[in-house]
Amino acid sequence: MTTQPDIEHTLQSMAARLRELLAARGIGDPCMVGIHTGGVWVARRLHELLGLGEPLGTLDISFYRDDFSRIGVHPQVKPSNLPFDVEGRHIVLVDDVLYTGRTIRAALNEIFDYGRPASVTLAVLVERGGRELPIQADVAGLQMELEADQQVKLGGPDNLALTIQSHAE
Amino acid sequence: MPNNPQLDANGNLRHFLTVEGLKRQTLTDILDLAESFATVDAQSVKKVPLLRGKTIANLFFEASTRTRTTFELAAKRLSADVLNINIQTSATSKGESLLDMLHNLEAMHCDMFVVRHADSGAAHFIARHVAPHVSVVNAGDGRHAHPTQGMLDMFTIRRHKGADFGALRVAIVGDIMHSRVARSQIHALNILGVGELRVIAPKTLVPPEADALGVHVFHDMARGLKDVDVVIMLRLQRERMQGALIPSGSEFYQLYGLDADMLAHAKPDAIVMHPGPINRGIEIDSAVADGEQSVILEQVSNGIAVRMAVMSMCLGRAPEAAGEGS
Repeated sequence: MTTQPDIEHTLQSMAARLRELLAARGIGDPCMVGIHTGGVWVARRLHELLGLGEPLGTLDISFYRDDFSRIGVHPQVKPSNLPFDVEGRHIVLVDDVLYTGRTIRAALNEIFDYGRPASVTLAVLVERGGRELPIQADVAGLQMELEADQQVKLGGPDNLALTIQSHAE
Repeated sequence: MPNNPQLDANGNLRHFLTVEGLKRQTLTDILDLAESFATVDAQSVKKVPLLRGKTIANLFFEASTRTRTTFELAAKRLSADVLNINIQTSATSKGESLLDMLHNLEAMHCDMFVVRHADSGAAHFIARHVAPHVSVVNAGDGRHAHPTQGMLDMFTIRRHKGADFGALRVAIVGDIMHSRVARSQIHALNILGVGELRVIAPKTLVPPEADALGVHVFHDMARGLKDVDVVIMLRLQRERMQGALIPSGSEFYQLYGLDADMLAHAKPDAIVMHPGPINRGIEIDSAVADGEQSVILEQVSNGIAVRMAVMSMCLGRAPEAAGEGS
């Protein structure tokens, strides 16, 4: 089963809401960080739409996952790259799908190992139920209610598209 | 697949004892993962929580500063707890007392032993006798292998010369005979498909199996260095030499020492490597060791990232499929 919401339209509305939110919080010059791999694609477009001054940061949270002893480390870990000093900065963290919240937990830990940010705002393309940690998005593009055996994946980097896969066990 | 004692049933690394017999993909995985670990240096907290709660024991039966320190740093950057155990080599009472010590460490819930030993095969021996949950990493055994050194050298070459080893001509110079580093480098370069591999040494310091390893042997250094991309110097291991294998230090340096004039035979952009510790004026001139083409200190930093990669691959099973989106 596949659904094709208009991703570009969603990204534009996310950018508009982010701009409002950042203005309301008095944040003038935020640093955006995308989580590999889908989050980076989403962040790249948002970064462009918001016209941010700082270059985009990217994060691979593989070394901060909580399931290393179960599944090990994947050799194709992408290098993390935060091309700005995190200390005292306002961070906009971007991911493609917010589900259990564990990826965001790992990303927050990794960011704090680079420095102490002034704040972190979370933006996600898709928010689905099933949180296992007290984590929520400040801006979410789409809401989805999915069964536990369903997985939503973002395809990219060009022509971003969402796919929902069912894998009954 | 022939049963390689380093691999688990799924073909993933469980121990890291030698480069020999591993697949190119495994070596490439180590190098790719090391590339990601190298970015941890950019963090203000130079640590990732991957091996939190794991305990790694460094068992050094043979003195070493650089290797032990970089293994220790690698383990600490992965958030593991580290025990450094320096054991004076006792020539007589290894066998039983060694196993007793291992079982004691297992009883303390160690997850990994990093082993350096003067006897070839020591790490394999230990790997055969450890509990199923324990991994063994060879940090140098006799003349046999020093696989993490070999891999950090591949990492250094790849960073400077790109991933296409087939386009490269590499020369290893000096005491090949006594060098576990050279053996690991030769295996790794062959597995990665190096274009041409040369060894340059006097006849007395070339091991008899050199031809079988697919290397071109040169006894004349200037000819051997002609047009090479990478020059790897080795330390003259006098402590391992029995009998008169080389005439004298100064004559060896005349024939096989690397100074600027000699290096001029290699390609102008050739890099100079040395596993350390370097003997200035015995195998390499200070002007070259500290010169622009030298990457000797980079090798040391790269050793940390490569050892992090090997430790995390041995202690975590590779996932069967790509991670889930959450």
